Amino acid sequence: MRLTLDNLACRRAGRLVYHGLHFAVEAGQAAALRGPNGVGKSTLLRQLAGLIPVAGGDARLGDISLTRDRQGFQERVAYAGHLDAVKPALSVGENLTLWAGIHGNDAARAGAALARFGLDVIANRPAAQCSAGQQRRLGLARLLVADRPLWLLDEPTVSLDTEAAALVADLVREHIAAGGLALIATHVELGLGDIATLEMTPPEPDAHHQDDPFLAGSWT
Amino acid sequence: MRAIASLLGRDLRLALRLGGGGGIGIAFFVLTVLLIPLGVGPETATLARIAGGVLWIAALLAALLSLDRIFQADFEDGSLDQLMLSPLALEQVVLAKCIAHWLTTGLPMALIAPLLGVMLQLPESALPALVIGMALGTPALSLIGAIGAAITVGVRRGGLLLSILVLPLYIPTLIFGARAVEQALLDLSPWPSLGLLAALTLFAAALAPFAAAAALRINTR
Repeated sequence: MRLTLDNLACRRAGRLVYHGLHFAVEAGQAAALRGPNGVGKSTLLRQLAGLIPVAGGDARLGDISLTRDRQGFQERVAYAGHLDAVKPALSVGENLTLWAGIHGNDAARAGAALARFGLDVIANRPAAQCSAGQQRRLGLARLLVADRPLWLLDEPTVSLDTEAAALVADLVREHIAAGGLALIATHVELGLGDIATLEMTPPEPDAHHQDDPFLAGSWT
Repeated sequence: MRAIASLLGRDLRLALRLGGGGGIGIAFFVLTVLLIPLGVGPETATLARIAGGVLWIAALLAALLSLDRIFQADFEDGSLDQLMLSPLALEQVVLAKCIAHWLTTGLPMALIAPLLGVMLQLPESALPALVIGMALGTPALSLIGAIGAAITVGVRRGGLLLSILVLPLYIPTLIFGARAVEQALLDLSPWPSLGLLAALTLFAAALAPFAAAAALRINTR
């Protein structure tokens, strides 16, 4: 399995965020996504998670096309974004067990993921009382209860301590060693060694390009 | 099946925990109905005549009050993104959430309605039509409401907009629900109205998951 970005483009509210993205990640590889703030790193990850429509080009995972089989593509993706999707009213353990259940896995699986992130000691604590770093760990632990080959991580080490950041690097290494793929947007060194990097740059402002026929003057 | 049961269990737990708002709808329903005799006076005949309509309007408003919790919190904390990536189709997610909403608002309202009916001097003969009508009709309130909740999910303080969108769509349920009680009161058969209530619920069940899922997909962009 191989992730290929083929001339991928994204447009939000008429504004071209990026276009002509070409990149490939092989199975067993991790790749970093770098670039200045606002260049569209999070947008690209959300697009690859099937949450934002593709404006041009395509992304393929193996022979599954994002534009033609979005559902199939989504079922192979695990996404950890800025939001941790943690419910403050539930305990730490409940939060993860329920997600494990939604992904068809049992509570033992959730327990193992909690232990891995050092959350098993606070499994009965309401998530509302967890620190930002603990909530982030809980959000990342969801990666371990969903068996997905492609991990899309959006600045996974934000608010994590050095120990947990090293753990994230370990998990990514284990994931790719098992044949998985990972695409990680980050501004810091992840400790993954020398990995492929997709350097994103802002698109050149193109005054003539306008998709909206009204704004382009076709109606005048 | 396990995934749907997990999601349903999660939503039920969230609704029943502190801040989930599960009990608020029922409390609102009971309080609104309790206010009616204080406002219109204790005459038995008047109360019995308006009881069906009052109970149904209160049920509509109580359902409306809790609609925004179907998707809003999940949208804000990123759970909705994760649910869209889950093995469940988004339509199944919507349906599971509607069922959870109904179990924590519509069903308890149907169960408590006969007590409130007695308080409003509704004769015993009209109580079955009230309870059966509520049981058959309130799922439509959750389902139609889910469409409105999905459309307004990205809107800050969208509760008011949600009411304006959804209340007109509740009119058929209100008409047939109140009519069933009235027919029972007049010793006519309430079954035609109850049948139409069930039809409305089935229609909403067929339509709402798709409409709400489409709206959610647009709103999470």
